[in-house]
Amino acid sequence: MAGIVPIQIKTAKTTQAERRAVKGSKLVPVILTTIAILFFVLMLIVPLISVFVKAFEQGANLYFASITDPIALKAIKLTLITIAITVPINTVFGLTAAWAIAKFRFKGKNVLITFIDLPFSISPVVAGLIFVLLFSTSHGLFAPLLNAWGIKIIFAQPGIILATLFVTLPFVARELIPLMEAQGTAEEEAALTLGASGWKTFWLITLPNIKWALLYGIMLTTARAAGEFGAVSVVSGHIRGLTNTVPLHVEILYNEYKFSAAFAVASLLTLIALINLIVKNVAHWKIQQQSKM
Amino acid sequence: MNLGIKPFKLKQKSVIPGFGITLGFTLTYLTLLVLIPVSMVFLNSAKIGLKEFWEIASSERVLASLKISFGTSFLAAAINVVFGLLLAWVLERYSFWGKKLIDGLIDLPFALPTAVAGISLTTLYSQNGWIGKLLAPFGIKISYTPLGIVVALVFIGFPFVVRTVQPVLESIDLEVEEAAACLGATRFQTFYRVILPELFPALITGFALAFSRALGEYGSVVFISGNMPMRTEITPLLIRTKLEQYDYAGGTAVAAVMLIISFILLLLINLFQWWASNRNR
Repeated sequence: MAGIVPIQIKTAKTTQAERRAVKGSKLVPVILTTIAILFFVLMLIVPLISVFVKAFEQGANLYFASITDPIALKAIKLTLITIAITVPINTVFGLTAAWAIAKFRFKGKNVLITFIDLPFSISPVVAGLIFVLLFSTSHGLFAPLLNAWGIKIIFAQPGIILATLFVTLPFVARELIPLMEAQGTAEEEAALTLGASGWKTFWLITLPNIKWALLYGIMLTTARAAGEFGAVSVVSGHIRGLTNTVPLHVEILYNEYKFSAAFAVASLLTLIALINLIVKNVAHWKIQQQSKM
Repeated sequence: MNLGIKPFKLKQKSVIPGFGITLGFTLTYLTLLVLIPVSMVFLNSAKIGLKEFWEIASSERVLASLKISFGTSFLAAAINVVFGLLLAWVLERYSFWGKKLIDGLIDLPFALPTAVAGISLTTLYSQNGWIGKLLAPFGIKISYTPLGIVVALVFIGFPFVVRTVQPVLESIDLEVEEAAACLGATRFQTFYRVILPELFPALITGFALAFSRALGEYGSVVFISGNMPMRTEITPLLIRTKLEQYDYAGGTAVAAVMLIISFILLLLINLFQWWASNRNR
């Protein structure tokens, strides 16, 4: 299940005073903390900062020129369209799958969860390949049909959307299932007994209970849809201004040695990632507060 | 007479509505978007024929790429277990300035697009990059060598270990450690004999997650590896290359090999988690 470890619900906490009893030598924590921070700064902070430093290396003018370049804008537009289509679909899927899995007991549940996780354990390149095998106009299973109707899926926008749907499929479901399982069905049962309809129960009881996890799931889906590289690169065909998403545009600029431009466009994706982390931490904090109540 | 055999029932009774429609939609969507497309790899591989399939799968270049992919993924996952455990330990057990910030930023590799990680790490570790410059006098080259692949895979994999170990570390009762200390164990003995066995399942799970993610990783590696056939060509890149040369049969065969490997890994992870959760009962 690459890309996701569901938000954990914290339970009892030990106090600092209790901890001191088994802490031992004072030097060990200092050494361990130093090594951990060094590793963290070297592996994570430095790459993060370097994106922005490299983006502005040749001045703010070039930075804004790079992100407002017509081809860059076309890539941004394509990425936004992809997000606008894939995120709602996979949000609905995540909600329905989580409802079926978390609110009912049935046989084969674990197999179903494994299938939902499948896109996480498949290489992005293979994720792209499977849609080529289905919809390529030269080698695909549906090639005769597509050619007869003149529909293009591979090396066109529908292929990018299909591949993105595939790689972002598990996120919302995986965020919701553990939380909804932990919350149980008592509140919904009470509402139903009091005469509320199924829909009403969902809107007034379930949704408020899961809203933060849902928001984080949607955020993860959006970030991955914006940043997916491997799968999209296989199905897109790299037609400039037509089938280039933002990450693919970064690759082209980088391979043309336009490093500052590449990092300028990459910094936009980095900002999405940082917003993602903020939402995650707020959601985590809210869920903890909810579970305390 | 009741022989104690429960009649087979797909679903237990419930007053909550919507089971049929939600499960139906879930299954339909999964079948259309995941099961049918993934099965295409095996259908197309079957068309190739066993002999030719084996010839492709055991060709020198494919074997070399598998060796590189497995070697670098294993090494990266092992490094991640060590540093992931260290980070989880420090974050759970000690308090220091900036701890909250570190905890909040740990997931950055999950959120950052792999292509961005790729170009950033490549630039940093190339010979005139910030870090590469420091290592160059010692004759250490990272970008465009297998070492570079390991660096990229460590980057994308270490949150898995931190996030699987953290909750377990938090749930270990302090009394257990206190008891060990009272019985005369040194701090190291307590860690080695009491804490580490508790953490073992989480560490293995974290390793497996990081390893399986690393095996399939493409975006970050493709920039830093240099992509030299036989030397720094990972298996996903080889699939991509074969597709670009319109060698669809070859690409599909290699993809089938990778899929089988990831299914086996997925099965092993699930079996292990099932074993670990039943171990103490």
